[in-house]
Amino acid sequence: MSGHTDMVLVNEEGIRIDGRKVDEKRNIKIEAGVLKNASGSCYLEIGKNKVLCAVYGPRECRPRHLQNPTKAIIQCKYNMQAYSVTDRKRPGTDRRSVEISKLISEALEAVVQTELYPRASIDIYIEILQANAGTRCAGLTAASVALADAGIPMRDLVPAIACGKADGNVLLDLNKEEDNYGQADVPIAIVPSTDEIVLLQMDGNMTREELDHGLDMAFKAAHEVYDVQRAALKKRYSDISKKEGDSVE
Amino acid sequence: MNLLSDGRREDGRQLDEVRKIQVETGVIESAEGSARVKLGETEVMAGIKIIPGTPYPDAPGDGVLTTGAELIPLAHESFEPGPPSEDAIELARVVDRGIRESGMVDVKKLCITEGEEIWMVFIDIYALNYDGNLFDACNLAAVCALKSAIVPWKQYGKGEEDLPMPVTCTPISVTECKIGNDLIVDPNFNEEAISTARLTVTTDDIGNFRAMQKGGKGSITRGDLSLCLDRAVEIGKQIRKIIG
Repeated sequence: MSGHTDMVLVNEEGIRIDGRKVDEKRNIKIEAGVLKNASGSCYLEIGKNKVLCAVYGPRECRPRHLQNPTKAIIQCKYNMQAYSVTDRKRPGTDRRSVEISKLISEALEAVVQTELYPRASIDIYIEILQANAGTRCAGLTAASVALADAGIPMRDLVPAIACGKADGNVLLDLNKEEDNYGQADVPIAIVPSTDEIVLLQMDGNMTREELDHGLDMAFKAAHEVYDVQRAALKKRYSDISKKEGDSVE
Repeated sequence: MNLLSDGRREDGRQLDEVRKIQVETGVIESAEGSARVKLGETEVMAGIKIIPGTPYPDAPGDGVLTTGAELIPLAHESFEPGPPSEDAIELARVVDRGIRESGMVDVKKLCITEGEEIWMVFIDIYALNYDGNLFDACNLAAVCALKSAIVPWKQYGKGEEDLPMPVTCTPISVTECKIGNDLIVDPNFNEEAISTARLTVTTDDIGNFRAMQKGGKGSITRGDLSLCLDRAVEIGKQIRKIIG
């Protein structure tokens, strides 16, 4: 939001530098069940973002003082890998990743039926392999698919997407240039069956009209992301049953 | 909860009523700016330290702002000593975002020699007494401390005289909590303890939105959001009048 550029982010025809229209999200690809050791996992690409997520648990909560006698706790660790950005990211947690991990954990607490697993921990590891703006949304979208892949009971999946503003245009799903040189970024995650908001942040500068318009686009797009999430899970389970069918023959 | 459905709160406030705000600036002489803020019984201190430093390569002519928040054990029995907790980090980052994204500080005017030397502004906020809504208390303290700050040009031999902090606007955050189906402004400790979700909305002088942060393990509806946005604009105006 702070950088400056002479680059035209949205041209007169309303086309963005990557060829998208203002209300068009990037291509999204989701695959469930990609890691052997994890209880559940997911690989997700949206535009140039590449994200891998693993879920371990429900399992014994450590450290034990974090245990909740009435329900499971969700512990998410969001991590950007060293080579995921142009300038090497120094490995380890920083303040940004602590905040994002907290927000993603909270967003998922709203849908996971944690009361089924008292004292347990559900551990979610989100690794950003390649970053191009929108990684917290990509990570959360992947995490809810990985949770479902792990067979953990949930009220619903949680699709996430950002809206924002660049060159004075309200945009859906900002890419890196639009995020760096634009005027606002609003990541949002919803529960599609009820349209509740479980994650919401904003930075930049938007009027009420711009914000409402952006949110309309983001809600619609989140439902489309939801369709891709569900398709990935359906494919995962049809693959499993196919395999089982083969072994019977 | 029964009280709330009648539009009343345990301390007698309206659902959209902010507690009494008291601001005292210039309380720490060793700091370049400072403010001690009371929001009801919640009390915080913000101090500004300003020193010469090197600019970031991608912004050679811009001063640098850094915000930290500490939830020290002095302020509440639930706060533990040690490095900043998740809560403290989130708090500092939300306050930072409001100040940064509103362009409150004109960082171009904090340049000493382009590409070589700029002013580094450290905003450090300490909770002194916690009774809910540290987000708004810390925002107020940071904003008031910045407004009262003096950039030490002369002291460091970088100019003829010390100058006031170049401030362009007054970003004000308004935090609400959701309890049952109600949204209450400026929650106290007890209200925060039973709430399911939190939303902080920061506006600038003309009522544009500059930062938002939803927290908590529950959800909010689009209608809730709309109410919070309306209230943030309205209450932001009231608070700007109070702090001047």
